[in-house]
Amino acid sequence: MESIGSDCLELKLQYDKCFNKWFAEKYLKGVHQDECAHLFKPYQDCVKKALQAKGLEEAVLHKDVLGTVNEKPPPPKS
Amino acid sequence: MVKHSTFSDVFNFTWNQVAIGLWQRYPNVYSKHVLSEDVISRKIINGKLHTKRLFTKTNPMPKAGEKFITARNVYIIEESIVDPKDKTFVTYTRNVGMQKYVTIEEKCFYQPDITDKSLTVCNRWAFISSSFFGLGRVIQTFCTQRFKQNVKKSMKGLNETMDKLFNPEANQHNECRKEKFKEKAKAAVEKAKIKTSKQMC
Repeated sequence: MESIGSDCLELKLQYDKCFNKWFAEKYLKGVHQDECAHLFKPYQDCVKKALQAKGLEEAVLHKDVLGTVNEKPPPPKS
Repeated sequence: MVKHSTFSDVFNFTWNQVAIGLWQRYPNVYSKHVLSEDVISRKIINGKLHTKRLFTKTNPMPKAGEKFITARNVYIIEESIVDPKDKTFVTYTRNVGMQKYVTIEEKCFYQPDITDKSLTVCNRWAFISSSFFGLGRVIQTFCTQRFKQNVKKSMKGLNETMDKLFNPEANQHNECRKEKFKEKAKAAVEKAKIKTSKQMC
């Protein structure tokens, strides 16, 4: 899958490969030590630059909704 | 003007398989409208994996809205929390930008079926709202229809991903297996509907 920053693609693919293996083989089996941080940092730095260039940094990075009062209300119970 | 939709889907895969598949679902043959996918943040808090992802998707609009809304793509943020202990995978998805025209937010709960752990149930609800002057109802109806179509495509795409990962022989069209799953899925959806009302708060 493509990255929002075309020059981030190689960093993304390396990170995704590491993460998918770690998630399936370690995390779901109870090992929670992150083994892909060294690949995530350069990938994240690259994506941040792409977000800045598109003026998306504020909207994307600084707001969380899941688990907060900002979630939309669920449908009324029937 | 607000429209709520609720859906239940069943996957013929274990919760672990669905959790693995959810990270690897793109690209697939049903995801032509998804242009990019990035992990924005990821951390483990009390054993739970918190992730924020950003997607770029194409943005077709109803004819009536085209002259007002010229953005060709829309940005979507997906926040998720995976709890491997309780086997829950919750996602919350929302559009960024374009909220002046329409707000689409969706929450999904992926959990093992209560009685058959070889199945995973996905309960989701969506909140679709548009207050755009004069066109709110048109945009909301259009987006609701498109959302429903995209949910179907999304489920097919996720199944395709999981078939490739865990069930490579599925391409050989095992009709017997499919029929058996259809029966199990129907029963699981009925159970999920009853359970959904308890979870949606």
